[in-house]
Amino acid sequence: MVPVDRRKFFKITGLTLGAGALYRFAPPALGEGGGLMNALGRQNGERPTPFSFVQFSDTHVGFDGPPDPLGTKAFERAVETVNALPEPPDLVLFTGDLTHDSEKPGEHAARMKRFREIAAGLRATRIQCVPGEHDAGLDGGVLFRENFGETYYSFDHRGVHFVALDNVSRGKPAVGPEQLAWLQKDLERFPKSAPIVVFTHRPLFDLKPDWEWFTSDGDRVMSALAPYENVTVLYGHIHREHVHEEGHATHYASRSLIFAFPDPETGAPKKPVAFDPAKPFENLGLRRVRERPPARPGVEPMELTLREYAGTVGIQQLLRKGEES
Amino acid sequence: MKTALRFLAIASVVLATVASVVSAPARADEPRVIPVVAKRFEFEPKEIHVKKGENVVLEVTSQDVTHGLFSRKFGFDEDLAPGKTVRVPIRADEAGPYLILCDHYCGSGHGGMKMTIVVE
Ligand SMILES: [Cu+2]
Repeated sequence: MVPVDRRKFFKITGLTLGAGALYRFAPPALGEGGGLMNALGRQNGERPTPFSFVQFSDTHVGFDGPPDPLGTKAFERAVETVNALPEPPDLVLFTGDLTHDSEKPGEHAARMKRFREIAAGLRATRIQCVPGEHDAGLDGGVLFRENFGETYYSFDHRGVHFVALDNVSRGKPAVGPEQLAWLQKDLERFPKSAPIVVFTHRPLFDLKPDWEWFTSDGDRVMSALAPYENVTVLYGHIHREHVHEEGHATHYASRSLIFAFPDPETGAPKKPVAFDPAKPFENLGLRRVRERPPARPGVEPMELTLREYAGTVGIQQLLRKGEES
Repeated sequence: MKTALRFLAIASVVLATVASVVSAPARADEPRVIPVVAKRFEFEPKEIHVKKGENVVLEVTSQDVTHGLFSRKFGFDEDLAPGKTVRVPIRADEAGPYLILCDHYCGSGHGGMKMTIVVE
């Protein structure tokens, strides 16, 4: 039996779905963990209870180019995949670059509308979005706010505190001093053991600054979160999977639903991975995340294929269970 | 005789030129100023060569929209508002190519907007 690390009760674990990321939040019901849940319930006003949620990222609605001639196909497939899950997720979080910007008058607004039409097909009680630089980098978030509301905010769901951070609408990869002050205030009322899920577009650490994979004041965000023992950060932007642990926080990047970027560690240039008609959704997708306390998170990459292009059994194969890591 | 005089004249011109070249670095606090233009979606020039330990100042001007000028190596992160010139000192003691990025989102080609400082 692996010794239980009291602080790791809330670690959210995952599997790649091929079309997004399904996260399962399942706090322990009995024993020491159960006592902790009750104590948290008293402090937070709500006792954490199990639920699952999905992360979608970088759908880039309106993008049209050689790296993905299929446009919104992967996004639409991802919606079907999530709708086919035996248990619909409580929440769907979109971590930015919902749309691809356009300078043609009215076109970006039309793309936001198209995004909302596709997302409206999701069987989920609640959908929450943060902007990416393609949504809000040019107009400071005006169009985003018209369509989705504030660019940063927080809410509580079944005892988990969710924080949406905007690190794009200033044009720069930064959250800025106002938002930092807001974050500090927002976190104040929580006990150190409260489960916190932060979702944002860019990585909050220096993943690859030369590729603009960083947030210049991300260290200040993470130090505001440092006292909290159960922090999960979900982000997009890098169009590939990545897991990073630092302090009490685990950062997960979800794959994109438009095209992939290569691994910068291989020395490859920052160019989209070329489209392969035989495997149109290769390297795209979601990650499914499952809670398995007290083991470490298991992340399982799964293929996403499209029947009419690949002649395979289709998207259901995504649900096949892989090896646990 | 005429030839010798002409030779002397040329020699003194050469000497004068050498002298002026030598005198420049004598004012060691005077950095070399390199003008740089930022426009969607490139910097001009794209590559700048500097010597190890050399003091250089980039004088960067945007010709269209707001761009950014970011480098972890040289420790700067500037906004380049159109029409305004921003002076950025750089100096490196180790050889290498170092990337400078536009980190203020400026449109669809933004991801490729960068320049290289080659320190040799
Ligand atoms: Cu730029």
